[in-house]
Amino acid sequence: MPAKAQRIEVTLETLLESVDLAESISMRVAEAAGFPEEEVHKIGMAVREGVINAYNYGNQQDRHKKIMMTVELEPENMIVRVLDQGHGFELTEIPDPLAEENLLRTSGRGLFLMRAFMDEFKVGRGPEGGAELTMIKKLPQTVSGNGKHQPE
Amino acid sequence: MALQGTRRQLGDVVIVDFSGKITLGEGSATLRKTVRDLVDSGSKKILLSLYDVDYIDSSGIGELVSAYTTVKNASGELKLLHLTKRVHDILQITRLFTVFDVQSDENTAVHSFKS
Repeated sequence: MPAKAQRIEVTLETLLESVDLAESISMRVAEAAGFPEEEVHKIGMAVREGVINAYNYGNQQDRHKKIMMTVELEPENMIVRVLDQGHGFELTEIPDPLAEENLLRTSGRGLFLMRAFMDEFKVGRGPEGGAELTMIKKLPQTVSGNGKHQPE
Repeated sequence: MALQGTRRQLGDVVIVDFSGKITLGEGSATLRKTVRDLVDSGSKKILLSLYDVDYIDSSGIGELVSAYTTVKNASGELKLLHLTKRVHDILQITRLFTVFDVQSDENTAVHSFKS
């Protein structure tokens, strides 16, 4: 695991391409942190959903707004924050996508996937009122300081 | 990889072999257009083969649900065939296995449509 916290901050344009970029950055960090391939995929997908949320619902595809993403590696956790410049929301406002009456909805599964793929998921407010999504994944126990798996 | 769909016909069943990602943007749009075109041309039995689709995001899931309701509203049937593990897992955790008829054998799938 990393000896001290490492942090990457990226300001993304409100563009479709930012979704792929954010996913790619988070997957590289996860890979370097020693997560196995399937976990790297899940982290990338959770971050992708976070940025889709910011792009579609937070910033309403307004190209003048930005999406701020930070990726941090702490001694025990990988933490990803995605902040938009929208009006924010409360998790309690979001319909349960697993409820029978919502199964045929064509949207509303992104937050569920973030929660499913990460160990912790929180929704807060940024300093200017936008939604800040925080996703935390515990680092693999078998990772050494150089980011490689140690033999068991 | 951008989503690509190749159509073939077995009796009155149209099979679309997809390859690539069904994600926000081009992938979802390709799926939407393919299904819309089939419904507009009168196809009632549609089998989407996802053997080469190893990535789907929430937008792609929404598009699959939309395809399902579009075909159903046109009095047709839409089924899924050959899911990859990742797509299978996503449909499972989102409970969409209870919505879609998911098949693993093409011949069985073709014969499972109502006559």
